[in-house]
Amino acid sequence: MTVWLTMLVVGLLTFGTRLSFIYLFGRQQIPTRVKRGLRFVPPAVLTALIFPELFLPGGTLDVSLGNERLIAGIIAALVAWRSRSTVATIIAGMAALLLLQALAG
Amino acid sequence: MPAARAQFWSGVKAELPILVGVVPFGLIYGILALDAGLTALQAQAMSTVVFAGSSQFIMAQLFAINTPVVVIIITAFLVNLRHALYSASMSTYVKHLSEGWKYGLAYLLTDEAYAVSINHYREPGELKYKHFYLLGSGLALWTTWQISTAAGILVGSVIPSELPLDFFIALTFIALVVPNLEDRAGLASAFSAGTISVIAFQLPFRLGLVLAALIGIVVGMVVEEKWPSMRVTGRERQADREGPG
Repeated sequence: MTVWLTMLVVGLLTFGTRLSFIYLFGRQQIPTRVKRGLRFVPPAVLTALIFPELFLPGGTLDVSLGNERLIAGIIAALVAWRSRSTVATIIAGMAALLLLQALAG
Repeated sequence: MPAARAQFWSGVKAELPILVGVVPFGLIYGILALDAGLTALQAQAMSTVVFAGSSQFIMAQLFAINTPVVVIIITAFLVNLRHALYSASMSTYVKHLSEGWKYGLAYLLTDEAYAVSINHYREPGELKYKHFYLLGSGLALWTTWQISTAAGILVGSVIPSELPLDFFIALTFIALVVPNLEDRAGLASAFSAGTISVIAFQLPFRLGLVLAALIGIVVGMVVEEKWPSMRVTGRERQADREGPG
């Protein structure tokens, strides 16, 4: 039930956001400050989700070569930077993680 | 209305190259949503009700780790705020349409549909039937997203659970963020948000996530103000590539 309600609320909020200015048919301008801030929403939110996955495996800080997810994540980031390809990034990162886990036995 | 039909199909055609990149995301989303504990019906319904790729990934991940509902809602809302920008830029082109058209097109206004349609709107040509172009690109994306989600759900129910599937989410986010970090402000925003998210991880209700995102946004704005347009690379900015945005 919680999942359904959450889904519904997020769905309505998303729809409302997409409709917002279309509904106001262009009479309202977005303040420049807000517009500038919106650009940083994706990198800020997504990185805030990525970092704990990489640096806190199992909930504790691990910045060592033994942290397979951190190493695999760095490799994936390098591939993403060079290739700009989503598929290449995901394959490289997953292959690196599986390989590192196999090596660690 | 042959003119309308022609607009519709050229919208569909313009969307095709993007769809190639959307299919893997739909598949991964379907797999992950099951892995996160959603039922097949919930996973599929999310693709229809929310219809926003990055939020759906984030929601699946947050559901998996029992995040409080309020935090899930705020996070998904923040991630989707950029659509207000698309809405603003589209508003002048659709103001002559009926309420029904406005609601329908707003529902379909994803990153990908916006990206191809706004270019079409900005080209010269009669405005009268151009909304059929947005309808075509939007529906092409919508259909692809539903089908690839369903395929992911089917695959997800037979895939071995020992695979570290949850890592797909982090990898997907990396693939979305890294290529778009093209200036100092973006880098500063991402790294400050990431660092705060690790430091503040122990805060209750996953509030560290919201705190980190807000600090990241402010840091990005401050850096941009102090050092405007300092580009790290000369590459062109690309549209987000995460399934329907």
